[in-house]
Amino acid sequence: MSTDTMSMSATRIGAVIRKELAEFRRNRFILVTASILPLIFLISPTAQILAIKASAVSTVLQRRVETGLFLPLLIPVFVPSILSAYAVVGEREQGTLEPVLTTPISRVEFLLGKAAAIFVPAIGVSYLIFGVFVAITQFAAQSAVATAVLHAPQLPAALIFIPLLAAWAIWVGLAISARSSDTRVAQQLSILASLPPVAVTALMSFNVISPTLIVVAAFGGGLLVIDCLACFAVARVFDRERLITGTKPTSGSYRVRGAS
Amino acid sequence: MSGPSSSPTRPPKVAPTGSAAIEVSHLTKSFGTRTAVADVSFSVAQGEVFGFLGPNGAGKTTTVRILGTLIAPTAGSAVVAGLPLDPANAEEIRQRISIMPEAPGLYRRLTVTENLEYFARLYGLPRREQRIAEALAAVGLTDRAHDFAGNLSKGLRQRAALARTLLNDPQVMFLDEPTSGLDPVAAHDVNVLLTALRDRGVTVFLTTHRLDEAERLCDRVAIMNTHLLTIGRPDELRQTLFNRSLAISTAAPLAHPDQVFAGLPAVQGWQATDPGTPAGYLVTVSDPAKAAPAVTRALVAAGADVLSIAESKYTLEDVYLELVEDSEGQTE
Repeated sequence: MSTDTMSMSATRIGAVIRKELAEFRRNRFILVTASILPLIFLISPTAQILAIKASAVSTVLQRRVETGLFLPLLIPVFVPSILSAYAVVGEREQGTLEPVLTTPISRVEFLLGKAAAIFVPAIGVSYLIFGVFVAITQFAAQSAVATAVLHAPQLPAALIFIPLLAAWAIWVGLAISARSSDTRVAQQLSILASLPPVAVTALMSFNVISPTLIVVAAFGGGLLVIDCLACFAVARVFDRERLITGTKPTSGSYRVRGAS
Repeated sequence: MSGPSSSPTRPPKVAPTGSAAIEVSHLTKSFGTRTAVADVSFSVAQGEVFGFLGPNGAGKTTTVRILGTLIAPTAGSAVVAGLPLDPANAEEIRQRISIMPEAPGLYRRLTVTENLEYFARLYGLPRREQRIAEALAAVGLTDRAHDFAGNLSKGLRQRAALARTLLNDPQVMFLDEPTSGLDPVAAHDVNVLLTALRDRGVTVFLTTHRLDEAERLCDRVAIMNTHLLTIGRPDELRQTLFNRSLAISTAAPLAHPDQVFAGLPAVQGWQATDPGTPAGYLVTVSDPAKAAPAVTRALVAAGADVLSIAESKYTLEDVYLELVEDSEGQTE
């Protein structure tokens, strides 16, 4: 059955979120993956920034600040990619998907629950890492460095892009997960598919495209629209029959011959 | 497991006469060029325990998935729990039924209670704690409520999955091999639970390979192999498919068995039961009660030493094997 005609239930969405978070907490692999990557993206640029001497030329300073503000942007891409790619195909491999789909939950509720359970911790960790990075530069770096970080146009841009990049990575990951039959393949494809918006962000971070307010607003708005469209697209590819039987549905609805 | 301690066998097997809980009409499902279910029609009364039997790949699970609104039929129609199978009714149908797939499908990193709580929320149930406690008590898992599902044995996971299907107090339960992997005691407990559910008016659609279980539990059974081979009460099927007969054993072979069995009342024919044991005979009869005394007298008159004489008992397994092998032979 491919059509969801029901109204949305916050209880059901909340149930999926609670269950997902409980599983994340108890899965050491997920915790380690979700912790190590952000730590690397914090430690590496922070060390580079702190190593800048007062006598450093401005181009070196600018380059390191740009790098320092860009690397944490990979956190809301990589962490949600890995988690969302597992979300559907992982349940399918465990045999837990079919019992869930026999309940009244709609595909939109299921996907929103899955997405929210990944989105909230992913952007939480991303903002935390960003905050720690900025705080360290303000307290421990040379004053010229601290000023450069605080006044870099990439800083507000990065704060805007974090949730948008995370949303993109999640929807792409869920779409791939809903169509994939292997978790590892899903995770690899998901990371690859999450990279295009990161490339544009990188161009801004490294001043190839100047991150003016208009450019950031335009790119952010575009990404927001794409995220919303991706949400609908994922709901379209999430098909109970394909997920359960592994085959393409032969009829999309119950409008069947002989049906009364 | 709580519940009645008596045997789950219900001596007087009478098919319930209530209105239909499931009505299936000309249901067909194809996956590409392969037909999994072909033009299947049947109905299941409310409160009936309905056995759905067939070999692997016969289309049993596909039928359950169609009726559970998980996959769409290629053709045909059905009514489940009083609602026509239609996208508009999918949510309401899923609210009224529960399905236990063959694999328990529990979240291994969640406790049994957390697993059930998740599903109780998905069903939007009020008084969740009470419902969960009742479901756990019904399957005898109260003392393992806070164990992680991943730490349970296969049998206990099966019970937890069964508890999950009880949560929403369903009108119709679809159970796919509920006793698969259970030890005899646990399987017996599940059978007791199914009987108790049936007595409460719950319709149970039972898919199983355990024919003895189906014979004991089910009011009616359907045997299918892509298409429906037969449907009816187990005793009806036996009578329809097999002639009634007397199995006779004598100390030595009869010299002229044709003369002994000829012309006896209610006797329709005879054959030696096993080429290796000529002292065994199977006498086809129309009425065993009438034929047995006459056959006994004839044997004694012929000087035979009768070791035993009894009505042949065919089981549901005999019916199943006869039909499925016949159907597979026709396919080949």
